[in-house]
Amino acid sequence: MNRRLSAVPLDYYGAGLMVLIGALAVKIGSGYSIGRLSRMGPGYFPVALGTLLILVGAGIAFAAWLEHAPAAMSGDKTASAEWRGWGCIAGSLVAFIVLGRYGGFLPATFVATFTAALADRENSARDAALLATAMSGVLIAVFWWALKMTFPLFAWGAS
Amino acid sequence: MSVFAQSLSNLWYGFEIALQPHNLWWSFVGVLIGNVIGVLPGLGALTAISMLLPLTYTMHPVPAILMLAGIFYGSMYGGAIGAILLNLPSHPPHAVTCLDGYPMARAGKGGVALGVTMLASFFAASVGITVMLFASPLLVSVAFKFGPPDLFAVMALGLVAGATMSRGSPLKGVAMTLFGLLVGTVGTDVNSGVLRFTFGLPELADRVELVALALGVFGIADFLTNVNRMHAVTSNTNMDFRVRDMMPSKADMKLAFWPMVRGTLVGVLFGAMPGTGPTVTTFLSYALERRVSRTPERFGRGALEGVASPEAASHSKTQVDFIPTMSLGIPGDPVMALILGALLIQGIQPGPQIMTEHADIFWGLVASFWIGNVLLLILNVPMIGIWVKMLKVPYRLLFPSAIFFIAIGVYSTNNQLFDVGEVLFFGVAGAVLLALDFPVAPILLGYVLGPPVEENFRRALLLSQGDMTVFFQRPISGTFATLSLLLLAGQLFFGLRRALQARRRTEYASTIGSTDLNPARGD
Repeated sequence: MNRRLSAVPLDYYGAGLMVLIGALAVKIGSGYSIGRLSRMGPGYFPVALGTLLILVGAGIAFAAWLEHAPAAMSGDKTASAEWRGWGCIAGSLVAFIVLGRYGGFLPATFVATFTAALADRENSARDAALLATAMSGVLIAVFWWALKMTFPLFAWGAS
Repeated sequence: MSVFAQSLSNLWYGFEIALQPHNLWWSFVGVLIGNVIGVLPGLGALTAISMLLPLTYTMHPVPAILMLAGIFYGSMYGGAIGAILLNLPSHPPHAVTCLDGYPMARAGKGGVALGVTMLASFFAASVGITVMLFASPLLVSVAFKFGPPDLFAVMALGLVAGATMSRGSPLKGVAMTLFGLLVGTVGTDVNSGVLRFTFGLPELADRVELVALALGVFGIADFLTNVNRMHAVTSNTNMDFRVRDMMPSKADMKLAFWPMVRGTLVGVLFGAMPGTGPTVTTFLSYALERRVSRTPERFGRGALEGVASPEAASHSKTQVDFIPTMSLGIPGDPVMALILGALLIQGIQPGPQIMTEHADIFWGLVASFWIGNVLLLILNVPMIGIWVKMLKVPYRLLFPSAIFFIAIGVYSTNNQLFDVGEVLFFGVAGAVLLALDFPVAPILLGYVLGPPVEENFRRALLLSQGDMTVFFQRPISGTFATLSLLLLAGQLFFGLRRALQARRRTEYASTIGSTDLNPARGD
């Protein structure tokens, strides 16, 4: 019976993640007072949710084991992880936060849009710069001037 | 017939509110933006509403809600255009419209498909609004009798339905609902003032930001999943048709009429059921249409009925969805959860008292639906050429711009860069969950319903002194609690049976494949 397949079904990871989150919720939640059913403390609901999440996670693993369907195997979906795309999009938001605090919103907008645009392989640096310039214009015209939102266009050091 | 007369006078009052120039203007802005965003590939109603939500904080509640609702149904009109002309569903419910809409467009009948879609949408929306007009006061009169156990049971049914009726594994849906409920507990506990799951971050004391969560799991997570995977659509569809081509012929109307009516009814039925998403509704109406058709083989090859029925279903459901959201404070799907969140931010508690305390909002909204749908009908016919051009905006330019709008929009909710960090966190978390094949929509539903669910659960058990049977002692809560349990048990049963069948199939395959054919083993 060579039913044990070498690749781990994707659902086992999902189940593991759910059990992990549930366990964390139980662990942290039990730090607050739990109370009784008739007089619940702040910890009761989180601990109950965490416990249910662990059970459901186990259920997902059980279902995956029952099925061991080839369709749920890892490979077709995760094989080509899009590192460049993920890196650039996450980097774009990080840049917005860091530059927004230490450089002002104009550089933050430019760098964030530029970085995000580079996530797509078909965008050249020139396209990205043009798009970033356009968005900087939108920032000034719409958000700073028309909507009068409160943020500094430029800032030096921590603001 | 006093109920009837009352509803009509309420509607009249609603029109007076909605037709005030200021309100009419924002309603128009909403449907226009919604329509544009619905057309743009890769952006759906959820992203659109959450991006514009911060802008409404400073507005008066009435125009704010009219605009947000306008974005919602405007984007549904827009979504149909991309689905029919480019085979590109920007919003999951339209996926089924592609099946027959796109073949029609390729056969040069795209104009007729769009025309029928718009008529069906308008018809369905009108029926939905009428239902809302008469059903809401009835529901409200019942809702006043709701106690904590009843509210908990109704919300539980909404959560269970939302978790198990979406596509994919019901267990995963339940897991995501629980995760959403957990995210909802982050912040200060209202009963004790204890800070829960804040990890020492003072910004989290005031809960996770609704907009950040929504834009994270629906916006950023989507971009992370689709980047470099969405490719420019090179369509050989004939797209330069004139407005005249959109007028359906008499034969077309005859063909589409009954599917439109049936679709509308399916939508009304499922709109009233909390937690059933619009995607399920459109797929059901499509399946129904194929079943009743005398020529089912035409479906998938450009059958007009396959376009008219699902589009009607999604529009009537959209309108009917507002009933439980407004009158009970229980949203049926993530978009409604977002609208509910917007109401709460405005300081308006949806619930049975909304019709008396905020009559202007409620009836103004109902009337604005009609105005908005007329506007959309007028708007879409002459602008179709522009929409077709917008469909060609490449995704590679669209998503970086959207990321900027998301960042600045989220910042503006509290003028805090911390919230942008929340978007990043939920974006990555959402993308990981999507990659693991989890549905993300139940997260938002759980998050929004989390606090009221906990509140009513605690209160109900405080009153009953810890007796769990309290949920089954009253007629309303008993019915809903039983329904939730039945739904859960049924889904588990069918899920288990499916899994077992799959196992049997693979076992059978491996038996065939292996050399020892031993029939004695197994069941």
